[in-house]
Amino acid sequence: MGALDPLFLARLQFAFTVGFHIVFPAFSIGLAAFLAVLEGLWLKTGRQVYLDLFRYWLRAFSIVFGMGVVSGLVMSYEFGTNWAQFSQKAGPILGPLLGYEVMTAFFLEAGFLGIMLFGMNKVGRKLHFFATCVVSLGTLISMSWILSSNSWMQTPQGYAIEPGTGRFIPADWWAIVFNPSFPFRLVHMALAAFLCVAFVVGGVGAWHLLRARRAGRAPTEAVKVMFSMAMWMAAIVAPMQILAGDTQGLNTLKYQPAKIAAIEGDWESRSRAPELLFGIPDMEQETTHYKVEIPLMGSLILTHSLDGKVPGLKDYPKDQRAPSPVVFFSFRIMIALGMLMAVLGFYSLWLRWKKRLWTDVLLQRFALIMTPAGFIAMLCGWVTTEVGRQPFTVYGLLRTADSASPVAAGSIATTLVIFVIVYVIVFASGISILLRGFAQEPHVGEVGPDAHAPQRAASMQAAVSSTAAAGNTGKEN
Amino acid sequence: MDMTGAAYWLPIVWSVLAALAIFIYVVLDGFDLGLGILFLAERDKTYRNVMVQTIAPVWDGNETWMIFGGAALYGVFPNAYATILPALYLPVLIMLFALIMRGVAFEFRSRMHTEQMRDLWDVGFCGGSLVASVMQGIILGTLVSGIHVENNAFVGSGFDWLAPFPLFCGLAVACGYTLLGATWLVWRTESTLQDTMRKWSGILSVVMLVMIAGVSLWTPALHEAYMQNWTEWPRILFVAPVPVAVLGLAALMFMALRGKVSRRIPFFCALGWFFLSFSGLGISIWPYIVPPGMTIWQASAPPSSQGFLLVGALVLIPLILTYTAFAYHVFRGPVNEHSESYH
Repeated sequence: MGALDPLFLARLQFAFTVGFHIVFPAFSIGLAAFLAVLEGLWLKTGRQVYLDLFRYWLRAFSIVFGMGVVSGLVMSYEFGTNWAQFSQKAGPILGPLLGYEVMTAFFLEAGFLGIMLFGMNKVGRKLHFFATCVVSLGTLISMSWILSSNSWMQTPQGYAIEPGTGRFIPADWWAIVFNPSFPFRLVHMALAAFLCVAFVVGGVGAWHLLRARRAGRAPTEAVKVMFSMAMWMAAIVAPMQILAGDTQGLNTLKYQPAKIAAIEGDWESRSRAPELLFGIPDMEQETTHYKVEIPLMGSLILTHSLDGKVPGLKDYPKDQRAPSPVVFFSFRIMIALGMLMAVLGFYSLWLRWKKRLWTDVLLQRFALIMTPAGFIAMLCGWVTTEVGRQPFTVYGLLRTADSASPVAAGSIATTLVIFVIVYVIVFASGISILLRGFAQEPHVGEVGPDAHAPQRAASMQAAVSSTAAAGNTGKEN
Repeated sequence: MDMTGAAYWLPIVWSVLAALAIFIYVVLDGFDLGLGILFLAERDKTYRNVMVQTIAPVWDGNETWMIFGGAALYGVFPNAYATILPALYLPVLIMLFALIMRGVAFEFRSRMHTEQMRDLWDVGFCGGSLVASVMQGIILGTLVSGIHVENNAFVGSGFDWLAPFPLFCGLAVACGYTLLGATWLVWRTESTLQDTMRKWSGILSVVMLVMIAGVSLWTPALHEAYMQNWTEWPRILFVAPVPVAVLGLAALMFMALRGKVSRRIPFFCALGWFFLSFSGLGISIWPYIVPPGMTIWQASAPPSSQGFLLVGALVLIPLILTYTAFAYHVFRGPVNEHSESYH
C-alpha cells in the first residue's frame, strides 16, 4: 500500500473528514439535550441560575452547531467523490436513509435553530422552549438515521443483490432500518454523546471551582449547579455506558466475530480464553507479542460464561482480517477511559454523600483532566467499529477496494492537504473561541448569542444587557 | 420501457422534485452567498453587521437544502451521483472548502477580539461566498456540456471543467447570486445601505441580462439534442414565451428600482430570472440527468428505493416549507444598525 495509492488516500481523506465531523454532532446531541433540560428547569422553577446556564452554554452551541453543519455538508458529497462504486451499489439502500435523515432531522434542527439562538425576545418563553426541544429532538432523530445506515453496513439485511449490476436492492425497509446491530449501536452512541458533554461541562465547572478557590472566594451559584449536574451524569451514565458497551460486544460477537477476534488480538479460537490487557498483534506472523493476560476473563466478558468459545483470527482467511494492531489499542483506550469516567462518577457520589462535592480539590483536578475524555473515547470507539469492519465497506459483501471512485491519486492528495489545512484553521479557531468563552465564569445576568447589542443601541433593554454583559462579552460589535 | 409502471414514472416525479429542491436551494442560499460576495464592497463595518444580521437566523436552514440535494441524488439517482461527483471532483471539493470557510467565518467573525482578526474572517466570508458561487456555476456548466460516461462510470479527465462554457456559467451564477444578495438587502435594510444596494442592483441587473442572453445562445449550440429541444414543435411553445418573460421582469425590476415603491419587487424579479433560466436549462437537458448519455431512468435507484423516499418527501417537504416560512416570519421586517444584534 504505497503513499500515493488512490484507495489509501481516499480512505485517509474520508477517515480524516468524518473523524473531524463526528465530534461536532456528538457535542450538539449532548449539548442540545442539556440546554433543553436547563430551559425546562428554568421554566419550572423560575430560578435565574438555570437561565444563566442556558445562555452560557447556548453561546457555545451556536459555534458547535455551525461547525457540525459545514463539516457534515462535506460528508453528503464525499460518498460520491471518494466512494463512487460504493454509492452506486449501496446508494439504493443508504441514500434514502440519508434522505430521511435530512428531511426529518436536519431541516427540523436548522428551521428551529434561529428561534432557539436569537428568538427569546421574539416568540415568548413557551414557544422558545418548544424550539429548543425540537432542536434537541432533531439531533436525536439525526443520530438514529445515521446509526441505522452505519449499522446496516456492519450487519446488512433486508436486501437482494441485483444480478448483472451487483447493486443492493431494498427488499424489506423495516429489516434494513432495524438491522441487528442498530439498537445496540444507537444506545451506545447516544450515551457517548451525553458523556462527551457531561465531561466538558464538568471540566469547565471544575476549572472555575479551582480558580475561585485560588482567588480565595466562593464560586458562583451557576458554577456549582453545572458541576453538580455534570457529576450526576458521570455517576449515572458512565456505568450505564459500560453495560451498553457490554451488550454491543455480545451483538458484535454474534454478527461480526472476525471483528471481535481482531479487537481481542486472539489468533486461535478457544473456550476458557484469557483477556489480554496488553500485547502487540502481528498480522504477518499471526501472533500477538508481549501478551499480558488475565486467565478466563476473555470468555467471561465476551460470552458471560467461563467456558464460552471466543473466535480467533486464524478462523478467517488472511484477506478477511481487520488490522488487529489498530483496533486492539483503540478498543483498550476506549475501555480505559470508560472505566475512569465511572470511577470519577462514583467518587463524586461519595463526596456528595460526605457533603464535599464542591470543595474536594482532587475531584476538581480529576474532572478537569477528564474534560476531553468523552470525545477521545468516542473517537476510539468509532475507529474500533469502522476499522474492525475492514476489509469491507458492507460487511462480508462489498470490499473497500471495490468501493472507490475513479479519481486520480494527485487530485485526492491535493484535496487531502487542503482539507487538513482548512480543518486545522477552522478547528483551532473554533476551539479557541470556545475556550475563551469557557474561561469566563457563568454569572448572574448571563447573555445569549442574541443579546450582544451594538454599542450605539438605542433601546433601554439593550443598554442594560450590554452593561451587564460588559465583563463577559468584551468588545463584541 | 413499460410506460405505466413505477419504474417509468417514479424517476419523472423525482426529477421534478430534485429540480424543485435545487431551485429552492438557489432561492434560499443564492441571496446569502450573494450577500457574502458584496460583503467587502461595503466599507462601513456597522453596515456589514447589519448585512449579516439579515441572514443570521436562517442561513443554517439554507445550507441544509444543499445537503438535501446530495442526499437525494445519492438515494434516488445513485448512478448520477456516482458519475457526477468523480467527474467534478475538484470543483465540488473546492466548493465545499469555500462553503466551510464562509460558514465558519459567519459564526467566528463576531467573536473576534481584534479588528484585524475580524477583517480576516470578513475576507474569508466574502472569498468563500465568491468561490462557492463560481464553483456551483462551473458544476452546472460542466454538467450541461456533458460528462464522459462508459459503463455507468466516469471516464473523462479530472480537468474537463476547465473549459470556456463552464467558466462562463461560473461567472454567470456568481453575478446572479450577487444580484439576489443586493436585491435581498434592498428589501431587508434601510437608509444609505439600502440606497447603495439599489445602485448595485441596477448595475447587476444589466450584467445578469447579458449573461442570460449569453448562456441562452450558447447552450443550444453545445449538442444537437439541445437544439432540437429548443426548436422542435411542440416544445417551442414552452420556449417562445421565455425571452418575453425575461424582458417583462426587466421592465418591472427597473421600475421598482427607480420608483422606490415596493422594497421586495426587485428580489422577486431576480428570482424570476433564475426560475426562467433554470427551467430553460431543464428543458435543454431533459430527459438526461448526466448529458449526453445517461437518462433519468438509467440513473435511477430501483422503484423500492424511490418509492420509499417519495412517501416521506411528499409528507415532509410541505411541512419543512411551512416551518421554514414560519422561521422567516419570526425574523421579518427591516434590519438596521439599531436592531437587536444576532451576533
